[in-house]
Amino acid sequence: MMTKDPMISIRKLYKVFGPTPSEMMQHVLHGLGKEELLDQHGHVLGLQDINVDMQEGETTVVMGLSGSGKSTLIRHVNRLIDPTAGEVLIQGENILDANADALRGIRRTQMSMVFQHFALLPHKTVLDNVALAPIVRGDAPETYKKDALHWLERVGLSGYEAHYPHQLSGGMQQRVGIARALTSNAPIMLMDEAFSALDPLIRTDMQDLLLELQKELHKTIVFISHDLDEALKLADHLVILKDGKVVQQDEPQRILLQPEDDYIVDFIADINRARVLKVRSIMEPIKLDSFVGQVDQEDTLEDVIAMTGGDTSGTYQVLSNGQPVGQLDLKTLMRALVRTQASASKRVI
Amino acid sequence: MATYDKLFETLGLTDWCDVNKSGGPMSMADLLKQAKGEDASVDDTSFWETPFPSLDELNSACPAIPKSRDFTDIVENSFLSIKDPLKAVLDPITQPLSWALDGSLWLFEATPWFVLIPLLLLAVFYATRSFGLVLFVGITFLIMAVIDHYVPAIQTLSIIFVCTGFSVILGVPIGILMSRSNTLQKVMIPILDMLQTLPTFVYLIPLIFLFSVTESKLYGIAIILYAVVPVVRLTDLGIRLVDKEVLEAAHAFGMTDRQKLFKVQIPLALPNIMAGVNQTIMMSLAMVVIASLVSAPGLGVLVLRGIRNLELGVGLVAGFGIVMLAVLLDRVTKKALARVNAAQKQ
Ligand SMILES: Nc1ncnc2c1ncn2[C@@H]1O[C@H](COP(=O)(O)OP(=O)(O)O)[C@@H](O)[C@H]1O
Ligand SMILES: [Mg+2]
Repeated sequence: MMTKDPMISIRKLYKVFGPTPSEMMQHVLHGLGKEELLDQHGHVLGLQDINVDMQEGETTVVMGLSGSGKSTLIRHVNRLIDPTAGEVLIQGENILDANADALRGIRRTQMSMVFQHFALLPHKTVLDNVALAPIVRGDAPETYKKDALHWLERVGLSGYEAHYPHQLSGGMQQRVGIARALTSNAPIMLMDEAFSALDPLIRTDMQDLLLELQKELHKTIVFISHDLDEALKLADHLVILKDGKVVQQDEPQRILLQPEDDYIVDFIADINRARVLKVRSIMEPIKLDSFVGQVDQEDTLEDVIAMTGGDTSGTYQVLSNGQPVGQLDLKTLMRALVRTQASASKRVI
Repeated sequence: MATYDKLFETLGLTDWCDVNKSGGPMSMADLLKQAKGEDASVDDTSFWETPFPSLDELNSACPAIPKSRDFTDIVENSFLSIKDPLKAVLDPITQPLSWALDGSLWLFEATPWFVLIPLLLLAVFYATRSFGLVLFVGITFLIMAVIDHYVPAIQTLSIIFVCTGFSVILGVPIGILMSRSNTLQKVMIPILDMLQTLPTFVYLIPLIFLFSVTESKLYGIAIILYAVVPVVRLTDLGIRLVDKEVLEAAHAFGMTDRQKLFKVQIPLALPNIMAGVNQTIMMSLAMVVIASLVSAPGLGVLVLRGIRNLELGVGLVAGFGIVMLAVLLDRVTKKALARVNAAQKQ
């Protein structure tokens, strides 16, 4: 997993909001927290000591409650916000070294962005909105029109190219927003609460659309969400923020099974573990010779329970692409369904 | 003897007062007093009638203190002393305004009515796509023409068009600059407030000294100074109100500042800018009568004739003509604005 260089690498990132942020850095480095800094010095500690690697082709979901610094964090990736300290490396290059021209170049070719409230241009047609990136780059219409129409079709909006945004529903507008991001052909896609403003059913549709597109496009996606179900559904790598700090970051399954502190435990308390946890996360190495049946490692625990018809004993062989890779005792499965406590080593006493 | 004589005596300043005694010209009030010969009776003014120690009052007790008239003289003289350099600068840069006003007037008057009216109707249709409004404008012009008010009406219209045009050309860039700098906004707002509240005659006075009354830019400047304010204000407001997320999108997709201005900020601020233009047109119309005092042609001249010669009918009919023009311009610009709004609503 860790063989290739990360696409985006955030190192020791700090962001302080206020009139004299750099003078506040020494207080922050001496361990002043968000609340103390606000009370004693009137500055807002937006982000503190963020270290996150985002791998190429993966979806990194940053989640946290409102005000935890998610939007601030994602805006550092394309430098809509400049950090107070730290670095942001895109394919090994620190974008804080880029001058205005270079930065525009990076934004035009390396990354695109999808916004919570869509942020479409109301006076432009859907087609012109979708083609924003090539238009900004100064391409001729005949070179981008085909591309724009193609992506519009991929998000399910063929035939709407001459409409104006206000003629479309919220879900359709966000499809335009996604098509606009895809038309830029940038490898990185930043999505700030892209689905939060949509109705639940439409939100599920959009998540499915994103998963389907991602299966073939393999973009490096940074997705912001405050919805744990959404995060677990989309994430290859899950980063949990609280008060501008990373509390835990890992593969989502591992966060569910080994939460590192009570905050995470509370966070994941209400999740339907059977539906989210997968066999591969709780299987053990093969020890037995005979099994009562076979399951796939990508099956969820709910799939397994449905298959056993409620039987809670016996051991199944776990397959991956038809090859045995482990075994699953149903007792282990049952234990995994129970809420986990924070692992003792990290527990706050 | 004056009320404050005692004060100067107590302060021991009598000598100073008399040494600096100036033989300045007498004011009308002094002359009247002298004529009535009531100079000596002042001393027994009762306590309740003590006058405010104004310059004139102090001067009568101590001639060394200047009179109020000297103060207005200072204002006048300082204006007169900068008048020539000011004129040297302002004359050439305002010359295009004269050309535009004269040229447009010539064009409107030289175009035969059977060409101009259809052209105007076509323009109305293009801006509003509304047959009702075209009909309304047509009827208005017909009525004006029948009662022989066609020429003054189009003269007024021509002046309004040119002044509105200049207001937009000046006002939109100023508004854009204001939206970018909070400092500039803080400086500009009092200036705009002043332009809008100063009685028009107040800036007509220095303008008359600066330019000759026969030059059309004189009334052009007077109208524009008054009417430019809403365009500036609403451009500033409109750009400041542009959705922050849309601006972020502009940045995120790598727009330059120029692209941001022309592809995002101005188009999204357009409904507000148009609302400003609508108000500018209304305010220029409000100025046409006053502008006629300084040689602007049009319906305002007829209103003035009504006032000067007490020709009630002439004045009222011309006034009504101005109202008709106002209603017409208001409806047309509002309708055009509504079209822009409809295309943009989020
Ligand atoms: N421009 C700013 N000035 C001051 N404080 C800010 C600014 N932007 C964000 N903040 C503060 O930083 C914190 C994180 O904000 P944000 O990143 O928007 O949170 P989230 O997106 O997770 O809801 C909040 O406490 C917010 O008030
Ligand atoms: Mg946010």
